[in-house]
Amino acid sequence: MTIVDLPARAHPDEQQIAASNDQLKRRRRREYGLFALLVAPNLLVIAVFAYWPIIYNAFLSLTDWNMIAARPTFVGLANYGRTLTDPGFHKTLWITVVFTGLIVIGSLVIGLALAFLFNLPLKGRGAVRTIAFAPHILSGAAVATIWAFIFDPGYGLMRALIEPFGAEPPDWMNNSDWALPGLVIVYLWKNVGFAALIYLAGLQGLPKELDEAAAIDGASTWTRFRSIKLPLLAPITFFLLITTVIGTFQAFDVIAVMTGGGPGDATTTLSWSIYNEGFQAFNAGRAATLSIIMFVILLLVTTVQARVMERRVHYR
Amino acid sequence: MKARAIQYVVLIGVAAVFLGPLYWLLSTAFKQPAQIYQWPPAWWPDLTWENFSLAWKAAPFDRFFLNSTIITVAGTALKVINAVLTAYAFAYLRFPFKKILFFAVLGAMMVPGHVTLLPNYLTVATLGWINTYAGLIIPGIGSAFATFLMRQHFLTLPTEVTDAAAVDGAGHLRTLWRVVLPMSRPMLITVVVITAVEEWNNFVWPLIVTNTASMRTLPVGLLILKDEEGLAAWGTIMAGTLLVLAPMLLIFLIAQRYIVGGITAGALKG
Repeated sequence: MTIVDLPARAHPDEQQIAASNDQLKRRRRREYGLFALLVAPNLLVIAVFAYWPIIYNAFLSLTDWNMIAARPTFVGLANYGRTLTDPGFHKTLWITVVFTGLIVIGSLVIGLALAFLFNLPLKGRGAVRTIAFAPHILSGAAVATIWAFIFDPGYGLMRALIEPFGAEPPDWMNNSDWALPGLVIVYLWKNVGFAALIYLAGLQGLPKELDEAAAIDGASTWTRFRSIKLPLLAPITFFLLITTVIGTFQAFDVIAVMTGGGPGDATTTLSWSIYNEGFQAFNAGRAATLSIIMFVILLLVTTVQARVMERRVHYR
Repeated sequence: MKARAIQYVVLIGVAAVFLGPLYWLLSTAFKQPAQIYQWPPAWWPDLTWENFSLAWKAAPFDRFFLNSTIITVAGTALKVINAVLTAYAFAYLRFPFKKILFFAVLGAMMVPGHVTLLPNYLTVATLGWINTYAGLIIPGIGSAFATFLMRQHFLTLPTEVTDAAAVDGAGHLRTLWRVVLPMSRPMLITVVVITAVEEWNNFVWPLIVTNTASMRTLPVGLLILKDEEGLAAWGTIMAGTLLVLAPMLLIFLIAQRYIVGGITAGALKG
């Protein structure tokens, strides 16, 4: 590194101060200019494709528009009134909640179990952890296609696994009782490795002293799990809970490939409804209304998360 | 000793659950079409490339592959450049209202992507970008999370080094390129890999914003193929599916620790 001796300026006269002030101002202006230049492209794209859509949605939700007519017709809050009292929408919301709930519970329970397994001193655990995590980074459309074949009642892997036990395989994706559980299985297969990985990182970050002290005091493995590890993992559980809810609410590719919201409306979630209203029924007003409803729900979820995380940081 | 044995059995079972479907895909893609429809199923394929040539006849997979590659490479490059420049500005430069602007960038993370579909489709249509690479790429290059990760990383770098560069007379862009980025290589690779995986796997946006075969991407092409061929062509469909998965699986095997590092950084430190 070069060491630079700054020339000593013992008694600068007025002129020099004015000159250097000018120079400072110029430098600051150049710094501001550079900042604006570096940030502008990103901010512009964010403004147009993340913030503007919310305003646009809010406007469209007050209109009726088939996306062909020259301009939308203003209808006030009619879309909201119609949607919120529509039994179809209630069912959609219920399906979304059941779908999300099953996936959240499944991810947390199986993820935690897998994390404990991967934390045991077993040979090959690293490789298996990698294998379990891999589906998380794979294309949802491709994963869904594989599983559509696995669930195929004629020639699928599932039939090969079920038949030896004398059971008849269901026609998963065309049976309204089995389609949603089928989607949950695919979703868990794809994403449970993520929860396991996060839990494993958390487990490895836990202070060992507490657990060891409790073990010496004779606490059983179950007690140590319930009274020490689980509470210490609470922030991670909370993080996974929130991110899984946000992700599952927007789940689309697996549903689109496997069921298309059907059979009937058995797998029509809120995210599928937005697509269906907007891009198949060409009903911009109703799609926008559903989008705003989803936005508000997820905004509440995110805000709760931000609040809790903030509190956590404070008492740390 | 017995407990350990049970643990190994469980571990192998877990591996089988996650590898099974992938093996089923791989073996089906290389089975003779007739072999796919025999029962009980054959666990080992009589290797053939037939399904791949059938897939190519059913749909322009080379074109899908090219489109996916173009939007992944261009989209990733633009998004990462955006993230790095924004992060550098927020970490090293002064500006009035900098804090508010930073919240404006981060706030984009609060906007769920699925909610923006319809308005963004209308915006892109207004711009005349339906069925164009611009329409496929540009809406996705805004960066909030990647910017956040890069900025947090820049703030951990020792200021002595950037100060020294400034004293040596290096301008900001030179400092960024010659000093800051080389010190940030692992974080940069992480952001690149995670972004590339997202771009490649993106499904709903390309589905909406393209409607001609020549502009489809691989995941969307797969859906079209499945809907058209139906049950008649599981071999063809599995061959196409393998084509979608293989590049990302390969990247994952090579860059695994960067992907894992980035994801845990987001969860545990973010």
